[in-house]
Amino acid sequence: MSANAPLLDLRKVSKRFTTSPDLIERMAAKFGFAAAAQTVHAVDQVSFSIAAGEVIGLVGESGCGKSTLGRVIAGLHKATEGEVLFKGQPLRYSPGVRPAIQMIFQDPFASLNPRKRVGDAIVEAPIAHGLIAASQAKEQAAQLLEQVGLDASYVRRFPHQFSGGQRARIGIARALAVQPTLLVCDEAVAALDVSIQAQVLNLFMDLRERLSLTYLFISHDLGVVRHIADRVVVMYLGRVVEIGQTTELHEHPNHPYTQALLAEVPRLDRRNIDYTPIKGEIPSPLSPPTGCHFHPRCPHAKPVCAEQAPLLRELSNGHWSACHLNS
Amino acid sequence: MSPMPLLEITSLRTEFSTRQGLLPAVDDVSLRVQPGEILGLVGESGSGKSVTGFSILGLIDAPGKITQGSILFEGTELVGASDETLRQLRGDRLAMIFQDPMMTLNPVLRVDTQMIETIQAHRSMSSEQARARCREVLVQVGIASPDERLKQYPHQFSGGMRQRVAIAIALLLRPALIIADEPTTALDVTVQGQILFEMQRLTRETGTALIWITHDLAVVAGLAQRVAVMYAGRIVESGSVQQVLNTPLHPYTRGLLDSVPANSERGQRLHQIPGMTPSLVNRPKGCAFRNRCSYAQADCAIDPPVQHFEQEHMVRCVRPLTEVKR
Amino acid sequence: MTTSPLSAQLVEETPWRQFVRDFMQSRLALFGLVLLALVLFLALFAPWIAPQNPYDLAKLDLMDSKLAPGSESMTGSIFLLGTDGMGRDMLSAILYGLRVSLLVGVVSGVIALAIGASLGVSAAFFGGRYEQILMRIVDIQLGFPAILVALILIAVLGSGVEKVIIALITVQWAYYARTARSAALVERNKEYMEAARGLGLPTWRVLLKHLIPNTLPPLIVVGTVQVAHAIALEATLSFLGLGLPITEPSLGLLIANGYEYMLSGKYWISVYPGVALLLTIMAINLVGDQLRDVLNPRLAR
Repeated sequence: MSANAPLLDLRKVSKRFTTSPDLIERMAAKFGFAAAAQTVHAVDQVSFSIAAGEVIGLVGESGCGKSTLGRVIAGLHKATEGEVLFKGQPLRYSPGVRPAIQMIFQDPFASLNPRKRVGDAIVEAPIAHGLIAASQAKEQAAQLLEQVGLDASYVRRFPHQFSGGQRARIGIARALAVQPTLLVCDEAVAALDVSIQAQVLNLFMDLRERLSLTYLFISHDLGVVRHIADRVVVMYLGRVVEIGQTTELHEHPNHPYTQALLAEVPRLDRRNIDYTPIKGEIPSPLSPPTGCHFHPRCPHAKPVCAEQAPLLRELSNGHWSACHLNS
Repeated sequence: MSPMPLLEITSLRTEFSTRQGLLPAVDDVSLRVQPGEILGLVGESGSGKSVTGFSILGLIDAPGKITQGSILFEGTELVGASDETLRQLRGDRLAMIFQDPMMTLNPVLRVDTQMIETIQAHRSMSSEQARARCREVLVQVGIASPDERLKQYPHQFSGGMRQRVAIAIALLLRPALIIADEPTTALDVTVQGQILFEMQRLTRETGTALIWITHDLAVVAGLAQRVAVMYAGRIVESGSVQQVLNTPLHPYTRGLLDSVPANSERGQRLHQIPGMTPSLVNRPKGCAFRNRCSYAQADCAIDPPVQHFEQEHMVRCVRPLTEVKR
Repeated sequence: MTTSPLSAQLVEETPWRQFVRDFMQSRLALFGLVLLALVLFLALFAPWIAPQNPYDLAKLDLMDSKLAPGSESMTGSIFLLGTDGMGRDMLSAILYGLRVSLLVGVVSGVIALAIGASLGVSAAFFGGRYEQILMRIVDIQLGFPAILVALILIAVLGSGVEKVIIALITVQWAYYARTARSAALVERNKEYMEAARGLGLPTWRVLLKHLIPNTLPPLIVVGTVQVAHAIALEATLSFLGLGLPITEPSLGLLIANGYEYMLSGKYWISVYPGVALLLTIMAINLVGDQLRDVLNPRLAR
């Protein structure tokens, strides 16, 4: 954690989704038909902070809760428990309030309103929030498009007329229009071809310099995260298992899950798959294992791992891991 | 002289009718796969790699059509073959795995029904014998408690498991060649790791040849012996994995390798190939890559020649990068 | 499949232009559209096209009644489609009848769409108990046969054009509400809706500018089919003697009136209005079918 007050501070943030039975199911329950409420612990007591100007890589596989956490931070979900502090104050979101945190979505096509011209889509929010006057709309839209590397003449076009990479840029322009401080990129480059991915990643890096942005970069692609993130947070089934500086984490991963994850990433220089892949499947978030969520698949599991959930403990400066093997 | 190839594709051309007329999604593609070999077919979206895979299996429907070329599989010509010939080969000697396992799995059929049906379509086996074979193959792909699993429906499996079942179905009749179209792209890294590991083991054990279609060069690096890189419908480079990945000759291959974040210094700008893949309608004449190539000159406006280097390293470029610093 | 970025010379490719192009692909639908346009034209300009005003009782001459198509009247003009029992020119009666039928069908359809769509979309957007209760009401409403509900309402409200329209609206709003809710549910979960919320846009804006425009396509399809349905329903009501008054006959009433003459061979009094009704409904359905195919995202490029 940095010495200065962090920009974003997550304190034991949890997000649970409960499917409660509806009216009919409740009536059926009165007649003896079981109506069980199912709870998914998508995010479980997550705490970490982001300093201004940092790029944090949030990695994990499906069911780890990284997307949900990203959405909680961006204000699209309300945290069930815990606090999200932005510049020391609890984050408040409501319709009509200009958000300081913006999200860039994974599917560039789905995140654009198919019936809105892109120019209109980009300036809609700043006009609604009074950041710019309606008369300046066209100029602003053109400027923002240029800032993300697109031709200003594209303002009047519709999303379906663009390629995937271009749509990703439009999504970024739209987010930048409200002058956010923090960008949550939810698998923002996952849907793009490698060569386009490189372009968009370079754009992210340029914008960070130019506009002093802070990023929470959510990705399953460890190679991408290793390239642009300063620090990495690894999540598994709703919990944070390891946090550390990027190089430190890649060279000395501590948690068995991080080790396995790094070992499994296909690398260009590895010519034959000769490692032992991690056994088992990711358990369903509806019924997570007891104690440490990873213990059924962990090659080093001890009896205590099935009983107690390990806490995040600092190993060295800035390197934290949640594993009983460290005690 | 190399032995008779299992699959030999010569100058394949698959066209689609668009408003601008017939345009080739696959243009003059020639490939060879030896028995037991793993070939990686690499390309980005719009490169024609999936269409090539579908063409081999005869799965191209209107508005697409194979208009030229030949596909020789175990000596049989597949282009223009009768529906019955293709039907007999599919599932039996030639199988396909798709990116979405639900393209293989019928959601309303139990796994055993579907698998036994596949076997009995090609062999006269009793249900018992067929079931035994199903069990065998499910164990091979790493599915625990196969007897229980056989009685389940696809929706009761996770994504990774479904893909394994799809792979199991492909293996049922011990095909000579499996074409896998991005089967692990939608899966998590750890599941992908497991499946890649198992595919490599399985192909070694059973001697099945594999064409692995993907956009991920790193996957190919670990899995395949040979690789072919496609761009805008053509194979621009092919050769052994060592050759192509260590000494790429085509500027596009070089650009792709350089764009991978792992190949750049942390924090440095990534090498990017400017522009974007031309769509079917927008392909430039001559070399389709020339608008994005930093070495392009006037002579790139003519169709580039195919040049051969040692050990079957082929490149389609008028000025291959023979001095490459990696 | 990558879509190509526009090259300089391409005309502005609005969704509308693309829609028109896709629609024109079906010959049958084009035929339906032409037919529909013709029907609308005839209905709109009926007072000027019709040789006679069938509502003007003074002009009718009982001596002209039940004349076969092509016969001459007392005054010398030709009755192209014959006359009915009261001496009315069938052609004029049909033209005016088309007017009434279309008016009733379209007006009730549009109002039902407005009511049903707002309720359905808001139910999907706000969810919770409001949605549950509303959808149960819709289900109950849809459980009753349309004709039964209409009959009961007419019995209670009495007959007349406005009452018929009210009855038809009551019968139809539930279809729209259900379709609107399904479409809105699908759209609501899409990422562009999340993006709109994430941008801090006020709720009314999200609903009006983002959700509703994207839920319209399926509603338009339902709308066209429902109009045809409403016209047919009104015809049924009139045939049964309820609904519109004899003095302003709709096609249904004309068919009903002519029914008694069928057995005596004077087919034209019933059949021609029937044909007109058939053609109208067919035209609407053909257009509606093509709309459904064109607007179906699965079939899209």
